[in-house]
Amino acid sequence: MADRNVAPTVVVDDVHLVYRVHGASSGKGSATSAFSRLLTRKKAAGVTEVHAVRGVSFVARRGEAIGLIGRNGSGKSTLLRCIAGLLPPTQGKIYTDGQPSLLGVNAAMMNDLTGERNIVLGCLAMGMTKQEVAARYGDIAAFSGMDDYNGKDFTKLPMRTYSSGMAARLRFSIAAAKSHDVLMIDEALATGDRAFQLRSEARIRELREEAGTVFLVSHGMKSIRDTCERTIWLDKGIIKMDGPTEEVVAAYEKSA
Amino acid sequence: MANSAHADTLPPGGHAADDEGELALKDLAARYGLSVSGARPGLVPYTRQLWQRRHFIVAFANAKTRAAYATAQLGQLWQILTPLFNAAIYYLVFGLMLKSDKGVHNYIAFLVTGIFIFTFTQSAVLAGTRSISDQLPLIRALHFPRACLPISFTVVQLQQLLISMLVLCGIVLGTGEPVTLKWLLIIPALALQFVFNTGLSMIVARIGAQVTDMKQLMPFLLRTWLYVSGVFYSISVFTRKAPEAVRWMLEANPAAVYIELARDALVESHHKIPMHTWALGVGWALVIGIGGYVWFWQAEEKYGRG
Repeated sequence: MADRNVAPTVVVDDVHLVYRVHGASSGKGSATSAFSRLLTRKKAAGVTEVHAVRGVSFVARRGEAIGLIGRNGSGKSTLLRCIAGLLPPTQGKIYTDGQPSLLGVNAAMMNDLTGERNIVLGCLAMGMTKQEVAARYGDIAAFSGMDDYNGKDFTKLPMRTYSSGMAARLRFSIAAAKSHDVLMIDEALATGDRAFQLRSEARIRELREEAGTVFLVSHGMKSIRDTCERTIWLDKGIIKMDGPTEEVVAAYEKSA
Repeated sequence: MANSAHADTLPPGGHAADDEGELALKDLAARYGLSVSGARPGLVPYTRQLWQRRHFIVAFANAKTRAAYATAQLGQLWQILTPLFNAAIYYLVFGLMLKSDKGVHNYIAFLVTGIFIFTFTQSAVLAGTRSISDQLPLIRALHFPRACLPISFTVVQLQQLLISMLVLCGIVLGTGEPVTLKWLLIIPALALQFVFNTGLSMIVARIGAQVTDMKQLMPFLLRTWLYVSGVFYSISVFTRKAPEAVRWMLEANPAAVYIELARDALVESHHKIPMHTWALGVGWALVIGIGGYVWFWQAEEKYGRG
């Protein structure tokens, strides 16, 4: 684990996040129930609250690579989105050094547009200038491998024609084109094939040298062991364990 | 500094020691100059960021336009066909069946100008309402000033309008109107309307992001607005016997203002408009444009919540 005297890059201070889900309960479907709800002035029927993160606090320091593990729905992705500032915490504060970036499989791309346009739009949205995009476009397309996939130039095809693995490759390639202060990787590599995984792991190591801190969410304990010295185990939205990867992963595997 | 083991790894459910822990973490963040993640930037830095993303705004708009017609056989030809069909239907209903062309010299040019100008505002508002709520995955994935989205969707509508304008010029010429220098006035008129639409689009974007029923409600509000805006009848003719206040309110309505400005520019036989119509056009653009922008910015950090 990093030295205590090393500067922190991310401070998470008692963060809670509550999702409000509209249209989740059965009451909204029928007109009569909606009407009676209006009459009785019952508040927020048809809105279900999901308490995804419940009071998480930790400090991450420069040079650390931190693994985040836990069951599906334990709040890992939500926590990363909060750190990235994409989702404001319902309660608590997150302090960061610079702008954290999130690399995720769910990161949206525009499915009705071609891979080429997605690369350009993604880079522009990340704040690159037109010249930078033009300069990096070739590298990004080549890194993703989409410019010559099974002998076909997939960058000219809409993303809805991509397989999920191909879409993930393109997304990762776009996001990895930039260096980041705090980099968070959310299962971005799980869908890639072996060759692409190796290539992207190498890229992550490079990014980590440039970045202050790297977070990695994964269900593959091997990639957690390979890349992270510290691991945080989230369970039902709270930290169940936080410590050296070996100890935490061992405990997690025992519980499963 | 509080004992470091405590600051680094708080035990699960350990916010019994909250007061001490929270203070320590807050102090730690302050000591190293960390900033609150996802905090809303000031209005000036925000505007600077927005300016940096101007290429994104245009590229996003172009991409959306292309994608909208990507699955249709006729493709972007629909950008011309849609306004033509609209004009034909309204002419059939209001010109031929209802005969609401009282007191208008060149009814076809009058009607088509009204429809195209109103459609610009109408579709900008409709797209604006959905611009945040429908793009939630994008908002939760990438960092950019959220005002890019409503602005970009208004640019999409502007592109559509410019194509409609070509159709409109053809129709106006076909009805025997001459080309005059006054046609140039259409440029400032549309520029003002664009600023107004962008502001309005940002206002409804913020409302639409928080009130999910807005999408359903909006078409009714817009239809009401259409009927009171003098699109297919002349407000000055229809309000001849009405109280002064009613006429004034109808004429000050921003949609009616921009429609009158466009008619004045393009249709020679249209009655002269008073100078204060231009003043109203500028006023609405400034108030709604700037007001909408500031109001949208005030909720900037909350749009990811959905």
